[in-house]
Amino acid sequence: MMRSASRVLAMVIAALPATTGAQQLTPYTVEADGIAASLTGQPGDAARGRALVLARSSTCILCHSGPFPEARFQGDLAPSLAGAGSRSTPAQLRLRLVDARRLNPGTIMPSYYRIDGLTRVGSAWRDKPILSAEQIEDIVAYLATLRE
Amino acid sequence: MMRRVALAIALLGALPVLAGEIAPAERRSGYDFMSSDSKAMQDDDTANPAMLSVLDGETLWSTKAGAANKSCGDCHGAVDVSMKGVAARYPAFDAASSAPVDLAQRVNLCRRQHQEAEPFAAESRELLALTALVAKQSRGMPITAGDDPRLKPFVARGRELFLQRQGQLNLACSNCHDDNWDKHLAGSAITQGQPTGYPIYRLEWQGMGSLQRRLRGCMTGVRARAFDVDTPDMIALELYLMSRAHGMAMDAPAVRP
Repeated sequence: MMRSASRVLAMVIAALPATTGAQQLTPYTVEADGIAASLTGQPGDAARGRALVLARSSTCILCHSGPFPEARFQGDLAPSLAGAGSRSTPAQLRLRLVDARRLNPGTIMPSYYRIDGLTRVGSAWRDKPILSAEQIEDIVAYLATLRE
Repeated sequence: MMRRVALAIALLGALPVLAGEIAPAERRSGYDFMSSDSKAMQDDDTANPAMLSVLDGETLWSTKAGAANKSCGDCHGAVDVSMKGVAARYPAFDAASSAPVDLAQRVNLCRRQHQEAEPFAAESRELLALTALVAKQSRGMPITAGDDPRLKPFVARGRELFLQRQGQLNLACSNCHDDNWDKHLAGSAITQGQPTGYPIYRLEWQGMGSLQRRLRGCMTGVRARAFDVDTPDMIALELYLMSRAHGMAMDAPAVRP
């Protein structure tokens, strides 16, 4: 699908952080239902990604379950991550992590790389994305390996 | 066209509650979600740790305090008579401030106005003990908080807050407690957030705590700036939750995981 350059540019600008003085988020381009390019320009590390998915602070398995035999407590609020790499392309996984709200405004999945449009964020987390660009790339790399 | 209108009316009739709200017949207290061990702990007054707080409260009830040198009992008499059903209608409208006050605030208003004593600190042993004692007198009674028509705008505000997304994780109370109460967050039952048993003994706290403490914990959980203690929005949210549990039986002081 071809998109006009101005349309793509508008989307890039929309992705820029609105708050001045905030941590700068890496700009990205949304095309169709995904973000094709790595946020860091580098491929992520799937092993680090797996550790991140299992870390409570990343919040993934609070809601999702997956092929993680060592994780005793996994959530059932959201679909299992098993097979995520078969169901979605890396570009689709990346947009889902970065800003799932863009795909479904009613979703309960947080936007992991977005700092605008939020209400009463606690001071420890203000103006920070939930995950860094590097962490998102690591998780995308790991999820892409979950094939069925 | 007519048929479509008729269909729309029929559909509306089939939806007695607002989208996302829990139907009255489906409401369940936190007790219902607990393990049999925790239920047994709550059911047996000699095993329920919250009963130690109630005993504390009985002592405080009859202890003279303040410049007025009066005890609660000097005005209110026997707690099991005068306080029967009271907690089930709190937060209640306070005419002096034209706003709702919760049970702990009422205790402290009484201390200030009638005992001429310093108010107890939020979450203090004394305040939890007196509220636990008073709440126990509503055990088994239906919640009626919010019935007072003067409370209507405050209930509405509380509902607005309940539906408002907040924090870095951008979640509203309703996202979990209306829409996903039958699911699990990392293995723990989410529950409906029906505040039937406050103040509670919470196993995670290894101690007693108020509904405000529980709500602050939830807000921090979604990485939001928690409402400050006793602020109007905090009271409005407590009031909305109690009115949402309208008719459910009180089981205070409850045990919760």
